[in-house]
Amino acid sequence: MKNSKKKTSIGNILRMTLLYILTIGFIFPFYWVITGGFKQQEVTVQLPPQWFPIHPTIENYRKLFYNPALTWFFNSVLIALGTMILVCVVSTMAGYVLAKKKFYGRELIFAILVAAMALPKQVILVPLVRLISSWGFHNTLSAVILPAVGWPFGVFLMKQFNETLPTEILEAAKIDGSSELKTFILIVVPMVKPGIAALAIFTFIGAWNDYFMQLIMLNSKLKLTLPLGVATMQQEFATNYGVLMAGATFAAVPILIVFIAFQKYFTQGITMGAVKG
Amino acid sequence: MDNNSLKAQGNLIMPPLKDARFRRWRTMPKDIHETIVAGVFLLPAICFFAVFVVYPIIVSIFTSFFNYSINRFEFLGFGNYINLFKDEVFLKSMKNTIVLVIGVVPFIILFSIFVALTIYQKSSLVCSFFRGVFYLPVVTGTVSVIVVWKWIFDPLSGILNWFLETLGMINQPIMWLGDKHYALWSILLVLFTTSIGQPIVLYIAALSNLDKSHIEAAEIDGATNWQVFKYIKWPCIMPTTLYVVVITIINSFQCFSLIQLLTSGGPNYHTSTVMYLVYETAFKLTQFGYANAMGVILAVVIGFFSILQFKFFSNKVEY
Repeated sequence: MKNSKKKTSIGNILRMTLLYILTIGFIFPFYWVITGGFKQQEVTVQLPPQWFPIHPTIENYRKLFYNPALTWFFNSVLIALGTMILVCVVSTMAGYVLAKKKFYGRELIFAILVAAMALPKQVILVPLVRLISSWGFHNTLSAVILPAVGWPFGVFLMKQFNETLPTEILEAAKIDGSSELKTFILIVVPMVKPGIAALAIFTFIGAWNDYFMQLIMLNSKLKLTLPLGVATMQQEFATNYGVLMAGATFAAVPILIVFIAFQKYFTQGITMGAVKG
Repeated sequence: MDNNSLKAQGNLIMPPLKDARFRRWRTMPKDIHETIVAGVFLLPAICFFAVFVVYPIIVSIFTSFFNYSINRFEFLGFGNYINLFKDEVFLKSMKNTIVLVIGVVPFIILFSIFVALTIYQKSSLVCSFFRGVFYLPVVTGTVSVIVVWKWIFDPLSGILNWFLETLGMINQPIMWLGDKHYALWSILLVLFTTSIGQPIVLYIAALSNLDKSHIEAAEIDGATNWQVFKYIKWPCIMPTTLYVVVITIINSFQCFSLIQLLTSGGPNYHTSTVMYLVYETAFKLTQFGYANAMGVILAVVIGFFSILQFKFFSNKVEY
């Protein structure tokens, strides 16, 4: 008995050591990007690496903002916010009726939406770009926002969440003569708020980081998003890691703050999308 | 046997399906009202879905039968598909994609279960901390992650070569991303770090929902940690494992931005994936029809795995 206890604790030490090594492996790149943004160009490529910027400089950030990084930032914010709001409104409405109304074709509509979720976005890319161009939307923020709203994940998530609502309350509201719209806005929406929060944060981060869509839809320098802008800087600055890391930091920190602030809802979104998936 | 007993239980709670159908039929006017209301609420979602998903799919499939580029539109029948399977670059990309998928999935499962097991019983603050750490690469986005990895892999000023040289494991710098022997494995490593966040979250959720009494009973009976894991935890988290396997396969099949940012498919298409090739064929070579045919094949492969996923989970769904 004593022996096995001892064995476990050695096992535990090993496990924790491995966990810490992994943790450092995951935090290090992030640490490196943040500190690297303050290093002089020749320091960033120095070997052995300078683990901390001894002579910090803001030169990299000056170069970064000389590129229209601030414009890119606002583009990213607008895209993420726009997508988030539209997705939340559209999905909450659809999710509610798919979960709570018995109507003709419900199963069919839901099955089609679920089937489409598995589709790789790249399959539809050529027609999508042509469609957007034919509307004159190419290289505008709408070109990134609108297709993202068509993606049915949000509807699926909100349907799952709406199923947890007690039907009795909805029926009581109906008996009391509440109209459908009133029931939805005054009863359903407040009750599914946690679900909306999960979807909102999920969509926001997803839209911010949807590099692929941004890449194929945006091309003029003033219309780029922050991640896309940093990616194009990679070509321009090649191995000028200082500027690139400043850019990477500027692209990552806002979204990281959002993530930390709403982590609870975010993890809820991931697990909710999986349960019964 | 099991299924029947489940069904019997279901009948106790809910009336059999037949009755429900009958009731619905009897109260048809109410149903029509419901259908109209539902239609209004669904309208925005369906419009967006039809315009930005359904229409492009149909066009995509349709044009995949054409020799379709900027100034051409000729019917080819299955020509594009036949050419694809003779196209060395496409076959190479398919092979790379499969190598990535098969390579990354076991590591994701192994490490995410390990991390989840190690932290799921810790206090919620500690748990959130680690969960956040492993989610970092997902949250900060591929582009930011790539900037560091480019430097790590840099043959002259990168940390990886420096580290290995200091340890005396290599004598000359390795071109991690430029050498066909290493490039795909380097991509695999980055893919691993950017894919592990979600599985960890899912495993933590699954493990926290386990019935603790079984585990405690087993521990009192003197079961070792390994036995508890093998006979109790592992079978209980099997549905999560299946789900993780499928989503990891699907996500890895779609691996694009890593490739585009790190190697652009090079050297000589040794790291090109099908997804990357679709992009290149459509936007660099402007062979739209050919790209669409590739996309359709990829969709079929991914669709197959998705059906598997829903098969696994339909057993658990209770509507």
